[in-house]
Amino acid sequence: MNSAPSLAPEIRPIAGRDLIPLLAGLAIAVAPHALRSAWWLGVLTLALYLWRAAATSRRGILPSSGLLLAVAAFAVLGVWLEYRALFGRTPGIALLVLFSGLKLLESRNQRDAAAVVFLTWFLAITNFLYTQSIPTALGMCAAVAASVAALVGFAAPRRAPRANLRTAALLLAQALPAAALLFMLFPRIQGPLWGLPQDAYAGLSGLSDSMAPGNISRLTLSDAIAFRVEFERETPRRRLLYWRGPVLWDFDGRTWRLGSPGFAELAPPRGGARHDYAVLLEAHNRNWLFALETPASLPPRARYLDDGQIVTLAPLRTRTRYEMTSVTEAEPDAREEAHNLRRALRLPPGFNPRARALARSWRESSQNEPAADAGVLARAIEFFRRERLQYTTEPPLLGRDAVDEFLYETRAGFCEHFSSAFAFLMRAAGIPARVVTGYQGGDLNPVDGKFTVRQSDAHAWTEVYIRDRGWIRVDPTALSVPGRLDAGMARAVRAEDPLPLLLRPELEWLRELRYNWEALTHQWNLWVLGYNPERQRELMSWIGMRDADWLELASTLFALLGAFVAALLLWSLGRFARPDPAQATWELFCRKLRARGVARAPHEGPRDYSERAAGALPAAGEAIHRIGALYIALRYGRARPPAALAELRRRVRELQFG
Amino acid sequence: MALRVELKNWFYGFTPPEQGAIVLGHRRVYIVPSRLGLLFGAALAILLVGSINYALSLGFALTFLLAGMGLAGMVQTARNLAQLEVRAGRADPVFAGEAAQFRLGLVNSARHDRPEILLRHLASGAQRTADVGAASSAETALAVPAARRGWLPLGRVMLETRFPLGLFRAWSYVEPDSRCLVYPRPEPGALPPPAPSAQTGGVRAHAQGSDDFSGLRAYQPSDSPRHVAWKSVARSDLMLTKQFAGEAVAELWLDLQDAPASLGIERRLSRLAGWVLAAERAGARYGLRLPGAVLEPGRGEAQRAACLEALALFEAR
Repeated sequence: MNSAPSLAPEIRPIAGRDLIPLLAGLAIAVAPHALRSAWWLGVLTLALYLWRAAATSRRGILPSSGLLLAVAAFAVLGVWLEYRALFGRTPGIALLVLFSGLKLLESRNQRDAAAVVFLTWFLAITNFLYTQSIPTALGMCAAVAASVAALVGFAAPRRAPRANLRTAALLLAQALPAAALLFMLFPRIQGPLWGLPQDAYAGLSGLSDSMAPGNISRLTLSDAIAFRVEFERETPRRRLLYWRGPVLWDFDGRTWRLGSPGFAELAPPRGGARHDYAVLLEAHNRNWLFALETPASLPPRARYLDDGQIVTLAPLRTRTRYEMTSVTEAEPDAREEAHNLRRALRLPPGFNPRARALARSWRESSQNEPAADAGVLARAIEFFRRERLQYTTEPPLLGRDAVDEFLYETRAGFCEHFSSAFAFLMRAAGIPARVVTGYQGGDLNPVDGKFTVRQSDAHAWTEVYIRDRGWIRVDPTALSVPGRLDAGMARAVRAEDPLPLLLRPELEWLRELRYNWEALTHQWNLWVLGYNPERQRELMSWIGMRDADWLELASTLFALLGAFVAALLLWSLGRFARPDPAQATWELFCRKLRARGVARAPHEGPRDYSERAAGALPAAGEAIHRIGALYIALRYGRARPPAALAELRRRVRELQFG
Repeated sequence: MALRVELKNWFYGFTPPEQGAIVLGHRRVYIVPSRLGLLFGAALAILLVGSINYALSLGFALTFLLAGMGLAGMVQTARNLAQLEVRAGRADPVFAGEAAQFRLGLVNSARHDRPEILLRHLASGAQRTADVGAASSAETALAVPAARRGWLPLGRVMLETRFPLGLFRAWSYVEPDSRCLVYPRPEPGALPPPAPSAQTGGVRAHAQGSDDFSGLRAYQPSDSPRHVAWKSVARSDLMLTKQFAGEAVAELWLDLQDAPASLGIERRLSRLAGWVLAAERAGARYGLRLPGAVLEPGRGEAQRAACLEALALFEAR
């Protein structure tokens, strides 16, 4: 018998078949967290899950609430000892992960288990705080599918699990159009709504606001993408690709730090070649936007600083897309404030006596030349070309007089050593100089034709101010190691130095694969992850809703969602077996007779009915008998000749009652 | 009062009782979120606020996927009931105090199955759950307690489902034209003596020795199993019934008058019902005499049913 006494979900116990998808979904959602956090957390959570599974297979040995409370107390204590906090992102998620195991052990009926399903979704979404990559998205889709299958299982406990799984898949497939509508049209608000925990953006990498020896070389061992660029027309030559970032003014003998630039109007540069491009910048939790030197336009809501940096008012905590125009090989701008030039000459006293002596000698020997500053610069450039300092990603440690040691003892360093030494020498020789950090180069992805700039392309160079000409870029690394600009870092460093995996020349095929993957990821970043209030506005104006406010968006959304539900309803109600044509014709016949006052009783078969109708309407008696016989033959007979159906139709159509 | 009934009929979309097969048109199917559904909504709201706060694009995507799933689930819950056909079947007579088994057929002409359809009898709270396969039918029976003799109409039945997600509850009411005959609760009591009453003309020829075996005859469905000649059935396949001399004598008249008047009419009817069962068990021929109705003596299932029905429907003046 396919019917049974019913149990309300509040008292229906969790069966093993319910537990399988429930545990599967939970495990998938928790696994990335377990790998990220302390090892004991993952082990303890897994033990709690297994405990629950064992309790189901051997009936009712669930722990008492006292024991559960004890386990919970130990878990909270453990999290406190591990992180020294209970709130904040990482400890909060650790607690949530442990709580999922405890809740599972506490769940006895299906209503409790539904709460575990909701918990699975929370845990799934917290993964996106760490990464929103395609694999993570796919994994969490699997977790959601499993948990939905569990939910369907609770609603239909006697149905085959495979049928329930199919229903879950169908539900998720049907959800896709609505989800897409909501994703595009739901009025987006730029977060955050409240203060975020201190550690919310830990782990975002990129350039920092200071430069000490070792800073940048550590960064360059990372393959992580800094930003991707799409040039509208041809790509500039690689040696011109200087992506300008923070400008460092103040030197304390070891570390270079940001100055205090003011906001300025962007003066369009003269000369050079114009390039239009769009940048998709990864979140780096700082205010800088990177642009090709020299910028000629500003993205909306960005500010220009008088030392040539482009900044936003809030740190970039999401992937950001902006459009830029830059001019390469532009003529420098000669205007500069006097106080800035004074700042660009300041040096801490008592450092690097040999470098100071060298700078003094350059100044003295060019004393009599008409353009003394240019002469000093020429001598400095000549010095770096001649000295052949070594380029290495593993620079030796330096002591107090870092510039002296680099120039005369170790003679090997990374771009931060080169630029720091050069700027120091220039200042010592009386020429204003500053250090510019950013990225140099990048590589073209042949799959989608876009430029990828990685953290391994991080670079530092210098700018010197020559009177009547302005700030001029000098890249001391390129002077000493000419190959750095054209061939990239891989060719420039010594063979035994460590390189990021992807820069190793022997892994060509891996690079191929990576190009394809990154092209896909770029589209993902651009269209899925980069979809923000701004892109929503763009999309809206593209479909003809200029300046749509949230009310318009919401009403459009509701209208479309309503249409979606109606369409789904019509589709699912319309999927019924069509009545067979003989049946339809017979029903038409019954309606015709009812109009003449001979209605078919619900219990009356076709033979009795046509018998009775023929008696009541003798003028059409013969036709009625024939129709009854035809219908019976078509409906119940073994052979169903098409000719009989045609005759039935004709006779019913032509039925006259005299 | 009449207006209220009419308003209710209009609201529920039908006028009871309904004849024949009842198709649950989608206008008759109501749907609201269940308690779990409300919790689901709250969970979605939290997920959404979190996604906004941390600007999580995939958080939005996941939240919206779940919201879309909720919508699809709502449609599927309604679909699980809509266009379902309910057919009331026969309900066999029962004695008062037992449960009347109202058979209900569910016919699914759709190409999808309809699991977990809960049928609840509103008046008594009796309920069953049925699963109906794709393009097939299922039969279930609601056990409705029969308290009093007479006709017991089925009354209103609610069909409810929460499939597939349990987030929504869809329901519909039907009131099929189905009723069950309820016999009086039989009260055990000693049979009245087989009164040699005036009508039968006293003792017949073989009045004595009612246990005297007098031969075999062909079995009739109404024969008591105690009289079947099992030994001969074992030998051949022929069902034969033993005949006893003097059977004709054990002819009883069960009369309402014979039941003690002090019991009250219902208990007297119960006593009579008890007598009918006892007489049938004893294999006697018996007749029933009620004010305004007389059933000639007879024997077997048909006689028993006729007598009990007369008792069930007896109306005291």
